[in-house]
Amino acid sequence: MEFIRKWVQALFFLITNGYWSFPVSRGIYQGPLKVICSPGLNCYSCPAATSYCPLGALQQLMGGIRLALENGQFYVGFYVIGAMGILGSFVGRMICGWACPFGLFQELLHKIPSPKFGIWRPLRFIKYAMLLFMVVLLPLFAVDAFGFGQTWFCKYICPAGTLEAGLPMIILQPGLRASLGLLFLNKLVILVFFIGWAVLASRPFCRTACPLGAFYALFSKIKLVKLRLDTDRCTNCEACHDVCPMGVHFNESPEDMECISCLACTKACNFNAISLEIGGVPLAGQAPYKPPNVQLE
Amino acid sequence: MKKNKNTRKVTIRKAPFIAIFIFFVLGAVGISLGEPSRVLEQATQICLSCIGIG
Repeated sequence: MEFIRKWVQALFFLITNGYWSFPVSRGIYQGPLKVICSPGLNCYSCPAATSYCPLGALQQLMGGIRLALENGQFYVGFYVIGAMGILGSFVGRMICGWACPFGLFQELLHKIPSPKFGIWRPLRFIKYAMLLFMVVLLPLFAVDAFGFGQTWFCKYICPAGTLEAGLPMIILQPGLRASLGLLFLNKLVILVFFIGWAVLASRPFCRTACPLGAFYALFSKIKLVKLRLDTDRCTNCEACHDVCPMGVHFNESPEDMECISCLACTKACNFNAISLEIGGVPLAGQAPYKPPNVQLE
Repeated sequence: MKKNKNTRKVTIRKAPFIAIFIFFVLGAVGISLGEPSRVLEQATQICLSCIGIG
């Protein structure tokens, strides 16, 4: 299953970054596909990006909401939130595990041989603060004299944007190098920090700082496709603890908001206690349920 | 012989379908308001300040 997941991740990376003529055009893709929401964190200023990043688009809409309303345009983010919500309602954070290019990047970094460490669990709450303040409230309320808000998360934090857009653009367009300053240095430091952390710990950005992951996590209880625990089969052997890249203790918290449904625990469980379900219906192919200590007369 | 209850009753969860419907309606409202054209307009321009340049 891990092999299949890696291929799916690679496929999504290629689909959402399919504009490969950028070395010639030296610009970004400007075609109609950019009206489609990228499921994962994928900067739309990336030269190869073929879809829009929901976080970037949402911040832009929040930041420009006053001017839009003054002009009689009700651009308040319904389209973007609708697209994000549909994705979240279907699969939630499964997107993080299967379709996010920056998640794939962190997984590859974590394969570099080094001492490995866990992540202090309370740090996960930072990403919800990022979502609330950096993506919604600050772009909405911290406005300039003209009523424009900034894209706070993209501008000051997003390491995916630095990696996928900032660095490629200064390579493709040398004229931009004169504009580099403290802002870019700040973002570069954040990127290097998360790269180093990803080598030492599993998916640190997803677990602590990603607002998109935080949004999808809100759907952990109601999403259509989710993992479920068969408590009759579970022996609490804790095999699922060791393999989870997100530090989830699945037997203790089957609807954990951190779960990215990577299915690593389903393989590690020797008792078939963890399975995938769609809307309450277990997927076909699951071993039939056998309650323990059944005696037939 | 007692009936062997090897199978569990499958209950279809309604919550995901309700959520999908609500967000589908939300998205449709956004489309009717013309938001996709604004999103496309933004996404086809390089936002230099967004990526830490300029």
